[in-house]
Amino acid sequence: MAELLRFRDDEAVDHPAVTVDSFLGQSNANAVRIEPGDDARALLPHLDQVSLVEVNFPVFGDGRGYSAARILREAGYTGELRAVGDVLVDQIALMRRCGFDAFEPDKPLDDADVETALARWPHVYQPTTDGRVPIRTKRHE
Amino acid sequence: MYRYDHYDQAMVDARVAEFRDQAQRRLDGKLTEDQFKPLRLMNGLYLQLHAYMLRVAIPYGTLDSRQMRMLADIAEKYDRGYGHFTTRQNIQYNWIKLEDAADILADLATVEMHAIQTSGNCIRNISSDHFAGAAADELVDPRPYAELLRQWSSFHPEFSYLPRKFKIAVIASESDRAAMRLHDIGIRIVEKGGMLGAAFYVGGGMGRTPMIAPLVRDFVPLDQLVTYAEACLRVYNRHGRRDNKYKARIKILVHELGAEEYTRQVEEEFAHLLGQGIEPPLAELERIKDFFPDPAFSTDAPTDIDRSDSAFALWVDRNTHPHKIPGHASAVISLKPVGGIPGDATAGQMRLMANLAERYSFDECRVMHTQNVVLPHVRMADLHAIWTELEAAGLGSPNLDTIEDIIACPGLDYCSLANARSIPVAQRIQERFAETGRTEVLGELKLKISGCINACGHHHAGHIGILGVDRKGVENYQLLLGGSEAQDTALAKITGPGFDEEGIVDAVEKATDVYLDQRQGGERFLDTYRRIGMTPFKEALYG
Repeated sequence: MAELLRFRDDEAVDHPAVTVDSFLGQSNANAVRIEPGDDARALLPHLDQVSLVEVNFPVFGDGRGYSAARILREAGYTGELRAVGDVLVDQIALMRRCGFDAFEPDKPLDDADVETALARWPHVYQPTTDGRVPIRTKRHE
Repeated sequence: MYRYDHYDQAMVDARVAEFRDQAQRRLDGKLTEDQFKPLRLMNGLYLQLHAYMLRVAIPYGTLDSRQMRMLADIAEKYDRGYGHFTTRQNIQYNWIKLEDAADILADLATVEMHAIQTSGNCIRNISSDHFAGAAADELVDPRPYAELLRQWSSFHPEFSYLPRKFKIAVIASESDRAAMRLHDIGIRIVEKGGMLGAAFYVGGGMGRTPMIAPLVRDFVPLDQLVTYAEACLRVYNRHGRRDNKYKARIKILVHELGAEEYTRQVEEEFAHLLGQGIEPPLAELERIKDFFPDPAFSTDAPTDIDRSDSAFALWVDRNTHPHKIPGHASAVISLKPVGGIPGDATAGQMRLMANLAERYSFDECRVMHTQNVVLPHVRMADLHAIWTELEAAGLGSPNLDTIEDIIACPGLDYCSLANARSIPVAQRIQERFAETGRTEVLGELKLKISGCINACGHHHAGHIGILGVDRKGVENYQLLLGGSEAQDTALAKITGPGFDEEGIVDAVEKATDVYLDQRQGGERFLDTYRRIGMTPFKEALYG
């Protein structure tokens, strides 16, 4: 069981992320943490200096973080996007599709369960920035 | 009808496997009920007063005989021999065991059906006009657009944990038979300058704070339909309230921001999303459209029928709807027999409906949001044979859109949220009006009953609405008048203090007395109410 589940090859940022407010108030941080009520778009002018964005899920049913993730990826953010908090195995396939490439759940996930969950869906209906070819495109190739 | 290809089938099969695993983890105690709840809800499984309830999706209400027979089989194999058709064109089974749920989903998958997203805080089954493809007044068949949206909304990675549930309806005529403006998003396919597009109404709903959806965009080009829906949802997912479950529907967001500001935010998001490749290729819409061709109607079907049997003639007048092809009709099978449970059908009745659909209606039937079933494409010459079989099975009630055609929620007999029973009140009202022979005299009169303020029985939208509440431990029923869920959408207003179970039946009768006394010309109950207002009704009820 890993505390941090990561789908990236680069070195993980090893210092704590700062809040969006303090990030916007100082220029040298490269790790920032988005809470559900924060506007992910506030980070867009500064993406080239960010290496890690943590998106907090205080409760798994609060889905605002999915939109935050997609907004960052759609804007071209390529750094680490880490889901933290109440992150359960039943949500991580959706989170991967929204652009998350790291997970730091409050309760560590079982490796085998993660593998099963991520291999579950043979196809996808919607295009996202994860690059998977959606069904509606496959049908017409 | 739409048919799955191997992609659609693979997705539904994967879902069955996923749910089987989740249900097993729950049964093994590896998932808590709190963790399992959102997972089972996204597969249509509710925990009710006495048992689990499973809600099965019937996309835009359309199904063929094979599917209807499977619904009958499930009723017999896993439930108590019947099922309950719902106001969102689905079916639910009220006596399900958790141990059986995955097997039921697997059975459904063999006939291209599922229970995906029939509950939970996600995009629900897309509903549509039950006369789609048949109605004389429609611009185009709205179902291909509903199917396009069904696929887009299935397992949507961003919108599976919305602030609250999300319901979409798609219609394509001026008449509204789907309560379109009482949905989170209502879409009307329209024509402008020779082009087809979609008018978007956003932020309608019933529940404890009923709202009629305002028009947000009068014309979205068809090749931007899905993108616009995605923009509407993203603004909601980001900004919809999550602090209070009763204020979490999109109607509250639209109301609090104002339609203008909500629209501005949607347009901004839309402009961004247009560059993100969200929209399916038009070839995909064309592919889906090919599944909805006109059946091979006979062009010379006779239009005159033998009306010498007066009971048959009454049923034809009440329960059939004009069809776009001469010599054809859409025939409504009433699931509202007097004294029955509105929307219930036994396995035997479902099989009969399947047989009739196969034999007389190009193998198609539809669930109506009024909890009836329609055979959309029948030859008028076959109506008598159809009616004869329906009569024999207790399905021949000639009461479409009458005071007997009541929409009622399951109420306190089944539902853990309810404050009062709905079904017995519906039965008492039906019996009263059937006994006095008033039903036919009153004509069109839509009566809807909810057993709590969540309004699953659409009481806000009834010409007459009834809301069951709990008053110091006793069931009490409030009376509302003047609602409509049709193209003249309106919210009903409460008359005054409530009544007990016996009193509410008397109150409904008094309200109809006022109508019969005051009506002019061909006015319906609703027309008379609109003309004379609430006062005469109040005087009769409380004076």
